[in-house]
Amino acid sequence: MAQEISSTTVLAHQLSRWFGARSAVLELNLELKKGEVLGFLGPNGAGKTTTMRMLTGNLAPSAGSISICGIDLLDQPKAAKQLIGYLPEDPPLYHELNVDEYLALAARLHRVAKPELKNNMEQAKQRCGLNEVSKQLIGSLSRGYQQRVGLAQAIIHNPEVVILDEPTVGLDPIQMREIRTLIRELGGAHSVILSTHILPEVESVCDRVIIMHQGKGVYSGSINALREMREGHSLQLGLRNPPQTAQLQMPGVIAVEKIADTLFTIQFNPDADPSEALVKAAAAQGWELYQINRQRANLEDVFVQLTQQE
Amino acid sequence: MVFTLANKELKSLFAAPLAWLILAIVQLLLAWIFLSRLDTFLSLQPQLVQLTQPPGVTEMVLAPLFGSAAVLIMMAVPLLSMRLIAEERRNQTMPLLLSAPLSMTEIVIGKFVGLMLFLAALIGLSALMAFSLYTGSALDVGLLAGNLLGLLLLSACFAALGLYISCLTSYPVLAAVGTLGALLGFWVMDVAAGTPESLLHWFSLLKHFESFNRGLIDSADLAFFLLFTLAFLALAIRRLDADRLRG
Repeated sequence: MAQEISSTTVLAHQLSRWFGARSAVLELNLELKKGEVLGFLGPNGAGKTTTMRMLTGNLAPSAGSISICGIDLLDQPKAAKQLIGYLPEDPPLYHELNVDEYLALAARLHRVAKPELKNNMEQAKQRCGLNEVSKQLIGSLSRGYQQRVGLAQAIIHNPEVVILDEPTVGLDPIQMREIRTLIRELGGAHSVILSTHILPEVESVCDRVIIMHQGKGVYSGSINALREMREGHSLQLGLRNPPQTAQLQMPGVIAVEKIADTLFTIQFNPDADPSEALVKAAAAQGWELYQINRQRANLEDVFVQLTQQE
Repeated sequence: MVFTLANKELKSLFAAPLAWLILAIVQLLLAWIFLSRLDTFLSLQPQLVQLTQPPGVTEMVLAPLFGSAAVLIMMAVPLLSMRLIAEERRNQTMPLLLSAPLSMTEIVIGKFVGLMLFLAALIGLSALMAFSLYTGSALDVGLLAGNLLGLLLLSACFAALGLYISCLTSYPVLAAVGTLGALLGFWVMDVAAGTPESLLHWFSLLKHFESFNRGLIDSADLAFFLLFTLAFLALAIRRLDADRLRG
């Protein structure tokens, strides 16, 4: 039991936040284990940022409780905040300071003791690839480097939980990949929560995902379950010499829909994939098959699917 | 923790030319006033000597100098205090402070101390100017100390008010205009009050400074300055707390 308590780093229960009469987050529950990377996925305005601001003590929740490693964030904010590193959507950088000055300030604010200060700074700079810009003013750095400084600030005090709000927004593909690798690394020793609206990002770095829609958690589960959901159970079939629709009703096929003269969408039973039978039939009967592909539901479809279930 | 923040505040102040410019301009104006006062004093000295209790150089030169310094500081504080919170909001840097293990009180006091250290340096420079007279004359150390203490307390009031107004907005310029308006209001109040027994005199900051300026340390004035400062610091803390609650 004691083991179980210590391995849970973030626990939020029935978290709600209203702005006037509008609810930004409604009765959200979440639990994060040590070493896990949790993704918050959702369209803009789904309540991801509001949730993160509450988890980091930047915003008081209207209802619900948050505990960080067993310490209640609302009762003992200082002790709990000590365990959190936060990178908001706009990195909170002082453009008039240089990287070293800024990181030293961030470390001191998080009560890193003097003897460890240098070591922590070196480590954070090393991890975020900031060594060559140590003495540069933050205002003169590129967007990608500024994002890295923001990230370094979030991990400078070796927090148990790192919370990153859209960490790859505005970066080029190479920088995105570097940041993702870094997040994966962080997942080993820290717990990480990151928000994004990019599905592949969640797939590449997260262990678990929470999908938010209009302030509610509409899906919470492992990344594999989400992948299956995305897989979908429909085929797109292109035939230059199409037969009657009825002839496509193979075993396992649930519905056939003609979307153009030569294109069909075929819904099928997940236990009986009719692809092979369709290809054989097309060859045997001269339907002139030119296209067959499994349709992957895109993010939008997953959302629609999930929000309709609610 | 408070000093970490105060230190950062000073660093940011001196990273911009504004702080240097303010120091230079205030020093230049004070030096001008100082020299012209000194000139007058020297030309009057032969006549003053004939009086039974002649006013000294401290009373004739330094007290008016510090009186002018009070007005100059009043003009300078809005420009320095405007950025304290408003600029953090504007640059989206508030989350760094809010997610660090700091209480709102520590944030507000840290910012306040940072600004006060700057103002203390400003006052220190004008004190150095006063001490330069020490080479040629005896100074009334009590009067000098009273003036410096009064100036420091007065600046604390200005800074606390400026800090509070900076908490109300995310536009530094608005904060500056608001603070300047409020400070001038507290000044004009005294002139507008009319009758000497009017209650409005009580709220005029410069009126309370006048007794310090004469070398009189009145506990009522002391208490007024301290209460004024604490009240606006408390309001600033409340205001930031409300932000967290209201979002």
